[in-house]
Amino acid sequence: MKRSLPGQRPRKRRALAAALAVAGTAALTACSGGDPFDSGSDGGDGDTIVIGSQDYYSNEIIAEIYAQALEEAGYTVDRQFRIGQREAYLPEIEDGTIDLFPEYSGPLLQYWNAETSVNLPDEVYAELEGAVPDGLRVLDQSPANDQDSYTVTQEFADEWGLTAIGDLAEVTTPLVLGGNSEAETRAYGPAGMMETYGIEIGFTPIEDGGGPLTVQALEDGDIQLAVIYTASPAIAQGGLVTLEDTEGLFLASNVVPLASDNVDDEAAAIIDGISAGMDTEDLIALNVRSVEEELPAATIAEDWLAENPQ
Amino acid sequence: MSLLMDAGAWLGDPANWSGDNGVPTRTVQHLAITGAAVGIAAAVALPAGVLIGHTRRGAGLVGALSGAARAIPTLGLLTLFGLAYGIGLKASLAALVVLAVPSILAGAYAGVQAVDAATVSAARAVGMRPRQVLFGVELPLAAPVVVGGVRAAVLQVVATATLAAYIADYGLGRYLFAGLKSRDYAQMLAGALLVAALALLLELAFAAAQRYAATRIADPARSDRNDTRTVQKGPTS
Repeated sequence: MKRSLPGQRPRKRRALAAALAVAGTAALTACSGGDPFDSGSDGGDGDTIVIGSQDYYSNEIIAEIYAQALEEAGYTVDRQFRIGQREAYLPEIEDGTIDLFPEYSGPLLQYWNAETSVNLPDEVYAELEGAVPDGLRVLDQSPANDQDSYTVTQEFADEWGLTAIGDLAEVTTPLVLGGNSEAETRAYGPAGMMETYGIEIGFTPIEDGGGPLTVQALEDGDIQLAVIYTASPAIAQGGLVTLEDTEGLFLASNVVPLASDNVDDEAAAIIDGISAGMDTEDLIALNVRSVEEELPAATIAEDWLAENPQ
Repeated sequence: MSLLMDAGAWLGDPANWSGDNGVPTRTVQHLAITGAAVGIAAAVALPAGVLIGHTRRGAGLVGALSGAARAIPTLGLLTLFGLAYGIGLKASLAALVVLAVPSILAGAYAGVQAVDAATVSAARAVGMRPRQVLFGVELPLAAPVVVGGVRAAVLQVVATATLAAYIADYGLGRYLFAGLKSRDYAQMLAGALLVAALALLLELAFAAAQRYAATRIADPARSDRNDTRTVQKGPTS
């Protein structure tokens, strides 16, 4: 009995290892869309612009738009997409391995300056320009943002004529905010709402992070306000309206390209053009195409560039 | 270790023991939804299980159904019910009832079915009517297993009732969700300890109930025998 076991096991293991290797390779190629073993060591030289992206589908689409626009202009681009979260990729940008990265203004500023107290888009951008380390710079910020904000149903917005958070003061029926428990104690919760806008709101916990239950609760009228990302496909799918945050209750999070010195002025001008031509509605539309039509980032980026030639 | 001490400090803070978000309020809410879920589930599953055990029909179906129902993830179910009923307690209650039904159903039918067929025949032979057979013979003999089913259901539901806080401002789960998202792990651990303590207390209570069912209801003769024995012992000692 015992002798036959060692003979059997390796075969099983080999099969398992092969299966894992295949699955792993498939997963890697599916994620990065490029050669996963090319670490981008040739990045940083003058010829190739290495573009990275977060492990977030929406961010990857923006990075892909950058990449295709630069390729169109004759640059050689190396895509290093789906790298992970900020803690994982920012050191790579800081040491020059990655040259260009679509970022978000507020969270990026908080990475370098955790104590910052500014929330409004322009103030955040101004402070961000000063916080960027040597050898890096932020290009123009885009009007497109992807951030937390108060969201209401189209119906509710029409009923009370709401476009900005401050308009909620006109609403005479009780307002209840639904969101993750953390929202109750965060600066943008009921207490912050009272402090910044002087508007009293109640709170109900819904722990699905602005997911389908939150949207359903909005539609049912169980809650009137929800904290949902401004670029979430749910905004378009659910007929929701994002209220403009004129007083800076939420940290601004506009799309802003982070670039190394390897991105020359001509390339920077192309990226600035993309940023200027993209607004939050575009971002939502891109995200909806990704989520609903399940198209790859390359196709979505190509179509957007065709409609918005640089 | 320091986390455990932080949780202890959190539990020791009088501020956490009063108001709408205080431990007593949350514990009562937690017990209420647990009781309601098990109560509704028992009202459905006990008669159904006893009937199936009594008639010995549909046992295979019940086994398959309750087995399958056990595999349903409660959080997924909660999301489905939440989408159907909206946020609030109704959805969580419905999800918890689905969680409680299989154990109670299985306990009821297995308990009644396991009663010795010869005993049932004997009861009929001495002239007991079907109703008398059921309530006088089958149910008392099945009592320990039936209570065991309810006990299992209570344990599952009291632990899972934390999910009520997923879509409502209700129960001890609020401490878990609030602590998780704001990285207040002391509060989270304190909430978990409270749920564990509650589960333990209920478990002890039901263990006692099950023992009572086994000694007093299912086998009253045993206590009689004990009494007789003491009486018999009297003269010999």
